[in-house]
Amino acid sequence: PLKKRILDASEERQQQIIRVTFHLVSKHDENVCNFLEGGLLIGGSDNKLIYRHYATFYFVFCVDSSESELGILDLIQVFVETLDKCFENVCELDLIFHVDKVHNIVAEMVIGGMVLETNMNEIVTQIDAQNKLEKSEAGLAGAPVWAVSAVKNMNLPEIPRNINIGDISIKVRNLPSFK
Amino acid sequence: MALKMVKGSIDRMFDKNLQDLVRGIRNHKEDEAKYISQCIDEIKQELKQDNIAVKANAVCKLTYLQMLGYDISWAAFNIIEVMSASKFTFKRIGYLAASQCFHEGTDVIMLTTNQIRKDLSSPNQYDTGVALTGLSCFVTPDLARDLANDIMTLMSHTKPYIRKKAVLIMYKVFLKYPESLRPAFPRLKEKLEDPDPGVQSAAVNVICELARRNPKNYLSLAPLFFKLMTSSTNNWVLIKIIKLFGALTPLEPRLGKKLIEPLTNLIHSISVFGEKMYFVFAVKYLGLLAMSKILKTHPKSVQSHKDLILQCCGLRTSISLCFVLRQVSKKNLMEIVKKLMIHVDKAEGTTYRDELLTKIIDICSQSNYQYITNFEWYISILVELTRLEGTRHGHLIASQMLDVAIRVKAIRMFAVSQMAMLLDNAHLIASNTQRNGICEVLYAAAWICGEFSEHLDEPNQTLEAMLRPKVTTLPGHIQAVYVQNMVKLYASILQQKEQAGEKEAAKEITQMMVERIPQFVQSADLEVQERASCILQLIKYIQKLQIKEVPVAEEVIALFAGELNPVAPKAQKKVPVPEGLDLDAWINEPPSDSESEDEKPRTIFHDEEQRHSRHRQPEIDEEELARRREVRKQEQANNPFYIKSSPSPQKRYQDSPGVEHIPVVQIDLSVPLKVPGMPMGSDQYVKLEEERRHKQKLEKDKKKKKQKKEKKGGKHRRHNSLHTESDEDIAPAQHVDIITEEMPENALPSDEDDKDPNDPYKALDIDLDK
Repeated sequence: PLKKRILDASEERQQQIIRVTFHLVSKHDENVCNFLEGGLLIGGSDNKLIYRHYATFYFVFCVDSSESELGILDLIQVFVETLDKCFENVCELDLIFHVDKVHNIVAEMVIGGMVLETNMNEIVTQIDAQNKLEKSEAGLAGAPVWAVSAVKNMNLPEIPRNINIGDISIKVRNLPSFK
Repeated sequence: MALKMVKGSIDRMFDKNLQDLVRGIRNHKEDEAKYISQCIDEIKQELKQDNIAVKANAVCKLTYLQMLGYDISWAAFNIIEVMSASKFTFKRIGYLAASQCFHEGTDVIMLTTNQIRKDLSSPNQYDTGVALTGLSCFVTPDLARDLANDIMTLMSHTKPYIRKKAVLIMYKVFLKYPESLRPAFPRLKEKLEDPDPGVQSAAVNVICELARRNPKNYLSLAPLFFKLMTSSTNNWVLIKIIKLFGALTPLEPRLGKKLIEPLTNLIHSISVFGEKMYFVFAVKYLGLLAMSKILKTHPKSVQSHKDLILQCCGLRTSISLCFVLRQVSKKNLMEIVKKLMIHVDKAEGTTYRDELLTKIIDICSQSNYQYITNFEWYISILVELTRLEGTRHGHLIASQMLDVAIRVKAIRMFAVSQMAMLLDNAHLIASNTQRNGICEVLYAAAWICGEFSEHLDEPNQTLEAMLRPKVTTLPGHIQAVYVQNMVKLYASILQQKEQAGEKEAAKEITQMMVERIPQFVQSADLEVQERASCILQLIKYIQKLQIKEVPVAEEVIALFAGELNPVAPKAQKKVPVPEGLDLDAWINEPPSDSESEDEKPRTIFHDEEQRHSRHRQPEIDEEELARRREVRKQEQANNPFYIKSSPSPQKRYQDSPGVEHIPVVQIDLSVPLKVPGMPMGSDQYVKLEEERRHKQKLEKDKKKKKQKKEKKGGKHRRHNSLHTESDEDIAPAQHVDIITEEMPENALPSDEDDKDPNDPYKALDIDLDK
């Protein structure tokens, strides 16, 4: 589960919070409203959990009473649309393997626990600019690493150990595995 | 050397990057911990390399591991190294790692100060941006103090991207280093009029946050925000400003009046924003919320509220319920509750139903039942609520019934009759025996019938209902109440019979008790057993006396004399320490070191006398009781709404000829509970209430007319009270008699709330106008 920490909290407590959150949210009925009042674990009843459910994802935001619940729901929507734009039809694996990119997107929307930007186009513009910067810094030196990455990400079909064509028999050597 | 470098870079190509790590972890589900510790070892090796790209990659992986729950604080120094990379890509990785794991306890955090300062003044706006974002997560008081000036300067940066971030992070800086608020505030104020809307809304955000904690310091900004509210089209900004006004208006009543017009305009004009339906609703809601806080008597707002209430109840969110809670007044309470009851019926799924139930009770009971004008209506609502299956708030309904019955003396007769009915139909309710389930109402029913047994029409029948075998299936605490109260009831019946000279009937009752109580003596619950055993012995003794023809009722009644009044929750705390008692003084000589461990420590009690003051009042004698009964009967005769109880249908059924031989079997059905014999549905009360109020008003108008005729000449303005009748004009049908709760004598009037001395928001309570 991806999490962004804003408050000070020890490691264990953060994990505990995540466990509780997951528990609460996954138990929640479809038809019931999307806001949960925080118990002691989530910093007291001033705090709320607001979440939205998209296919296999739950996006949970923990906010305090100065935020409007419906506004946050909207923010979650903007966040998901941004993810979709940046990853091109985002799917679960994208979020799992590119956690750092997701963090970067969040950084353009929220800072220090306050909402920074809610306009999707603005957010995407900033992300694109930073991606460009990243690419230009990597330059040529980055090429081999990318090539290796690309190969690793390819789904190579199983290479048969023995290829028999007529009376020619070829043994294929074991290639180093990238796993 | 060159070869080494080439070899080195080829080696590095096979370093795992983040994706590899994630993939690896997914592939090692069984031995994840082992795999991860392996990876951590690799990371440690990578961190020893000189190459910054390698270090960055390692830190990136560490960030992922931290997210999974592993502690990475040992790598703090490496993280700082990566933060100081010249390339943006690596810098970003460093700051991200820092934001996830640095905190005030991190030793090396001071080393970041200069690096951050450098980044804040970098020509590359993204370097600055990434530094600001990272800093916002781990800013400490020291960092805040050192960097406050730099960040303040950034508030006037050429790029709005930076200004936005700088403004928002200032809030964090204020929290950690409150002395920075005063110098920074003028600039913050300027930002409210920044040309870029993003920066503007950031400034609004920060000021609203500050004002939320210390509203009085920001009252002077009200005109500025007023201007913003009327000119802004950004929903987020509007929401924040409305919330801000919600916090300010209690301090400045004139503000409220000024706000009516723009808020109403706002509400009516929001139809433009098409797809963002949520926002429309949010602003509408908040607007009305602010309005309701501001003006409770403005007739226009009541009108628009009604529409919105209807709209809200369709939307199943807690927002609408909270909203309804605020809109309640004497006038519309019954209507609102009626609508809510409809929703309760319609609602499938117990969570929402339960929430509605809680809210209904909240609405009705707030401010000591301020909004209830007819308590009979409320009792019938409560009884209707007992029909709800699977509720977890049985105890809530029960406690309400008890509270109302105790505090509103005029209603006791009605309440008792309803409770007797519930007891009679206990078999329907008792099937649901879960904790806090609806069977809890039987607790209340039994107690009310026992305590106010003088109001019962058919005490014999009620007593018999309490002694049925089915009662033993109820939870222990409820049975215990049953047992206690059946004795009270028995006592009052006994008294009645003795006074009427019906000695045989008296003996019959005693015999019934002797026969039926043993089923409670056998109970598995300790309390029930104890009470039942005591009572059994008592009754056997009474029986002996009855055989000797000794009148015994007086003494039995004396056991239960006195009224039980509600006690204030702070009563215990308020018991004053009597004169001359020093709680800190030693009673004996201070113990020497060789004190044996067997000595029991002396406890210091309050004077025993204090406790008595909270006990029941001195016993009321027989005459007093009789007199009260008389007075009550008079009241009932005069009350046009007193309902004479009709014979219950069950009885009628049994009386019809040829039917007695059919055995009556109780069937445990899991169908919705219908409590038979309720004399009036709660809806009819609404009609009655309107009639009553109308009558009241007519009488008032008659009086006014009379007064007018008596005065000579002069013009009088006719107050057309049809439309602007306020809550104060409505006199309730029954009054709450007992409002103040019991307190010990000489209790001190006020108390102090415990204030948290470490509250960071207190430190921000600075008067900015000086």
